[in-house]
Amino acid sequence: MSPSPLVIAGVEFSSRLFVGTGKFSSGEIMRRSLEASGTQLVTVALGRVRTGGEPDDILGHLDTARYRLLPNTSGTRSAREAVLAAELAREALETNWLKLEIHPDPKYLMPDPVETLEATELLVKRGFIVLPYVHADPVLCKRLEEAGAAAVMPLGSPIGSALGLESRAFLEIIIAQSRVPVVVDAGLGAPSHAAAALEMGADAVLVNTAIAAAGNPVAMAEAFRLGVEAGRTAREAGLGGRASAGAPARASATSPLTSFLGGGAP
Amino acid sequence: MTFTDVWRRHDFGAVSRRIASKTPADVRRALGRPRGSVDLEDLAALLSPAASAYLEDMAQASHQYTLERFGPTMRLYAPLYLSNVCANVCTYCGFSAHNRIRRKVLTDAETLAEARVLRGHGFDSVLLVTGEAGRVGRDYLAGSLRLLRPHFSGLWIEVQPLPEEDYGALAAEGMSAVMVYQETYEPAAYARHHLSGPKADMAWRLETPDRVGRAGVKKVGLGALFGLSDWRTDAWFTGLHLRHVETVHWRTRTSISFPRLRPHEGEEIPVTPFSERDLVQAACAFRLLSPETELSLSTRESEAFRNRAFRLGFTSMSAGSRTNPGGYASAPESLEQFAIDDNRSPAAVAAFLRSQGYEPVWKDWDSTYDGFAERGGARRAAAQALAL
Repeated sequence: MSPSPLVIAGVEFSSRLFVGTGKFSSGEIMRRSLEASGTQLVTVALGRVRTGGEPDDILGHLDTARYRLLPNTSGTRSAREAVLAAELAREALETNWLKLEIHPDPKYLMPDPVETLEATELLVKRGFIVLPYVHADPVLCKRLEEAGAAAVMPLGSPIGSALGLESRAFLEIIIAQSRVPVVVDAGLGAPSHAAAALEMGADAVLVNTAIAAAGNPVAMAEAFRLGVEAGRTAREAGLGGRASAGAPARASATSPLTSFLGGGAP
Repeated sequence: MTFTDVWRRHDFGAVSRRIASKTPADVRRALGRPRGSVDLEDLAALLSPAASAYLEDMAQASHQYTLERFGPTMRLYAPLYLSNVCANVCTYCGFSAHNRIRRKVLTDAETLAEARVLRGHGFDSVLLVTGEAGRVGRDYLAGSLRLLRPHFSGLWIEVQPLPEEDYGALAAEGMSAVMVYQETYEPAAYARHHLSGPKADMAWRLETPDRVGRAGVKKVGLGALFGLSDWRTDAWFTGLHLRHVETVHWRTRTSISFPRLRPHEGEEIPVTPFSERDLVQAACAFRLLSPETELSLSTRESEAFRNRAFRLGFTSMSAGSRTNPGGYASAPESLEQFAIDDNRSPAAVAAFLRSQGYEPVWKDWDSTYDGFAERGGARRAAAQALAL
């Protein structure tokens, strides 16, 4: 059984693994890793793309017929800067898709919720397909959805930390109430983290460091592909309930509440 | 996207068959879900005939979840019928336009007389009820809210579906909740029971909670009138509606009611089965689906039933209800909408709850938060509270 496709802004993706293109040791390793990952959507940092017609390391290794590009606004610190970066990216890369990330803090690269919401409102009005990167903040995600975000990208844990789904409790709320796709971004360190995100109901994950910085990035990209497919397939197959978490287990000691109703039970 | 779009994707008959096909294993899986992760497939299992054998497990979980979220409390409210004038012909309702009963729209003086009686009983939350008629539209309701606002902190309405801007205007007058029950989600049954009048427009009613949510009203109440069609399927569609409101109108609180067909003026109609046991199953299933939603237990139910069932997931009860306009203060000459079955006074209901370790709660909202203080009503109280 092959898992159902993901649709973002009317575009269908059979792969639910998005891959970042930073930190690879060479363009060739990146090219082979992307191929092994099966991804169809790759992020590129506008700050790293040379514009103005010069040959470029990253773009030279990206088959743009095969991968949809998702430029990000990494490096911007305010809504105003992000809008400028977005316009530049749209012109340079000829796509209106945008991963919006605004982090004024250079140490932990934490996304700024206030600037991100404002920038989303502005960019949607300018015709961008906006995928904002945010904390796993359920109310912020609903506000972004209302502002017209095409998907939301809450973090699993601090970027580059490889800690996995530290924000699990909040991701569960976001997934339960979101009307746009939820892409867990940042902090996924192992394929099992990706599988867990998809099992939980996330629509996709974005992975960069865990692949790019692995001993064998190509093999790790393949492992993430398998993890994502396993997680999604398990989700669609209907996971069994947890024996320990349900109510009946703790109900045994109390007196019956329904005996007054009499019959009916077979 | 409105709820009509969502509703159209699900065929009533197909949903009935899906519910009927659920197995004990499906029910056990639903019961094993962590709190808050029961989905609509699980709801189908919990509403199914297979779940009947697990009713005690469902009740224990529902009781536990409700205590954890709401504590041992029960909100008490009273309906205040303002009018029985109605342009609709509905098979199941005493107010139906074809019924030859005395029609009545309360005057300001009569409304205030009702309010005095209800305040005297201790009520602080009232549900204003009318039939469907131009005379009792936005202007009449706004006037009633202005009259009643100084006397009650919670003012809810159960009236004809209104346009979004009317809900906004009424919210500005202090209205904090709208109850709008779909009656049935089955198109054929809806048409069979709503013979003429504006209520025959099913889509307008289906989309009412969307308009309420868009207008920024604090709470919307959903429900089906059990007895019109297959109760399990109507309950499942109510769950679909609840999920829609929770995700789209996520700032709005929700409540679910479980009205059953009761004896009423007019011709006898065929009633589909819905027992007390079924009502408990439905309520527990909703509590497992949504640990946060409020569940209401009606005075349509008997004293004996309410005294046992109240702890199975419910968070609010009406008490001492009269379902005819003027029924509290003046002689009940005008005809009631339906017969009630728990005839105890509000004080008796409150005393019973206290004897069971539950705290009766009379208040639902403080209108100070609405800026009502600026109009003079609660200003002094607020100023005093701040000074302390």
